[in-house]
Amino acid sequence: MSDAVTALQRPLRATRAALRLDVRRRLAAAAGWIVPALLVVVWQSGASLGWLPDSLLPSPFAVVAAGWRLTRSGDLPRNVEVSFLRAIAGLVVGGAIGFGFGLANGLSRTSDRLTDTTLQMARNIPHLALIPLVIVWFGIDEAAKLFLVALGVFFPIYANTAHGVRSIDPHLIEMAQSYGMQRLELFRRVILPGALPSIFVGLRYALGIMWLTLIVAETIAAQSGVGYMAMQAREFLQLDVVVLAIAIYALLGKLADVVVRALERACLAWRPTLHGD
Amino acid sequence: MSLAETASSRRAAEASAASLALRGIAKAFGDKKVLRGLDLDVAAGQFVAVIGRSGCGKSTLLRLIAGLDAPDADAIAFDGTAGVAPRVMFQEPRLLPWANVIANVEVGLGARRREAGARQRALDALAAVGLADRAADWPGALSGGQKQRVALARALVSRPRVLALDEPLGALDALTRIEMQSLLESAWRREGFTALLVTHDVAEAVSLADRIVLLEDGAVAIDLEVALSRPRLRGSPEFGRLEETILERLLGPSRRN
Repeated sequence: MSDAVTALQRPLRATRAALRLDVRRRLAAAAGWIVPALLVVVWQSGASLGWLPDSLLPSPFAVVAAGWRLTRSGDLPRNVEVSFLRAIAGLVVGGAIGFGFGLANGLSRTSDRLTDTTLQMARNIPHLALIPLVIVWFGIDEAAKLFLVALGVFFPIYANTAHGVRSIDPHLIEMAQSYGMQRLELFRRVILPGALPSIFVGLRYALGIMWLTLIVAETIAAQSGVGYMAMQAREFLQLDVVVLAIAIYALLGKLADVVVRALERACLAWRPTLHGD
Repeated sequence: MSLAETASSRRAAEASAASLALRGIAKAFGDKKVLRGLDLDVAAGQFVAVIGRSGCGKSTLLRLIAGLDAPDADAIAFDGTAGVAPRVMFQEPRLLPWANVIANVEVGLGARRREAGARQRALDALAAVGLADRAADWPGALSGGQKQRVALARALVSRPRVLALDEPLGALDALTRIEMQSLLESAWRREGFTALLVTHDVAEAVSLADRIVLLEDGAVAIDLEVALSRPRLRGSPEFGRLEETILERLLGPSRRN
């Protein structure tokens, strides 16, 4: 009798424990938003009480209102779309080239000797210093932005891919070869998965550089995009739009980070350190 | 279960083992001559333990036999049949951390991994080392001994005719090591491959091998048949005497000093 009762209670207790764990996890996930929310509250109060003049920093409410106004007019969605596409295009082009060189120089000593010195020298030039030259070459066309973003994301992806390939345990490669793995399979089953954690590190760096480059490029030389929208607004002293643009950059950056984290969790599930997350 | 039955299954298994003939094998790394003209014949299905002090060339010998390195002089011949791919068990498990346990065992099937029934063969090999229930786990979740058992399953899944073992149990704790030794012995009795075990543990050599080869200065110093019946009891007087003899020979020069 008592056995039957405990048998019934056990799953119930387990569900309750799982529920409690779930609530705790949700709270932990929400914890990161406490500080930003508090900042917004303080900011809004400051504006409402007149401590922050509109001419220096418009209130959060004014920023949201500007967002709504520009969404309805279609300006905001169009500019966000343009910026987003530029960022992605630059990331894909620069990332693919960086990945290619990283693999080549990680796998082949000859390729490494031929190109690494050149690439490392080029890396030490701040790519934003090329903006005047890029404007002369490409004008303020899409090509200019694509070139700058691609150049910016190239190096972190290149360096981390090459590092990831080089740091694969040679014991694993010897094992795979002793079991008859041919080149392509060795690459697919040993080298690429082994280099992947390092490639993800490169991708995270690249995303940061991607937004930074795009903001600067759009601010200086563009006729559309979030950066252009902010510069136009500054001309007409619409500070609410300027702050809106900054907030959008922050949100886009956060979005990119969330996507990479999800990708990492899916691709690197084998890493013991990632089980806890 | 009778003795005759085990003997006949043993003989059937030996048909799938390969014999080994090594003639004048030499290998040097730079100026250091590790192996100098070594001769060794191993009969098909024999379990040979290679022992010796650190740096005597025993691991180098194993790597040459396994085809991981090429000898400087002369050649290694298996018994003439083509397709003899010696399998290796390394000191470390060398599992792919990003592949689950069963996928790691399937690596051992080589190109035959894509054949029908490959998954079943891998599962059988995993069950033979007692880890059928861990098939879906990541290697990172296994203990050191379990990892070496997966490595053993990977080495055996392709039914190799020669298995080369490079101190695979050296890093395990004493109890796990004894467990692994009996697992290895039963696998060898069941499959009948030719086994070459490099070890620095004399007791391990005496408890597993048909024959113990002691290397000194890159050549065979002693070649000893182990005539003890299996399974061997570590406490028995014959076991102890044999172990003592070999240790004596190994430690001899330094004792005289």
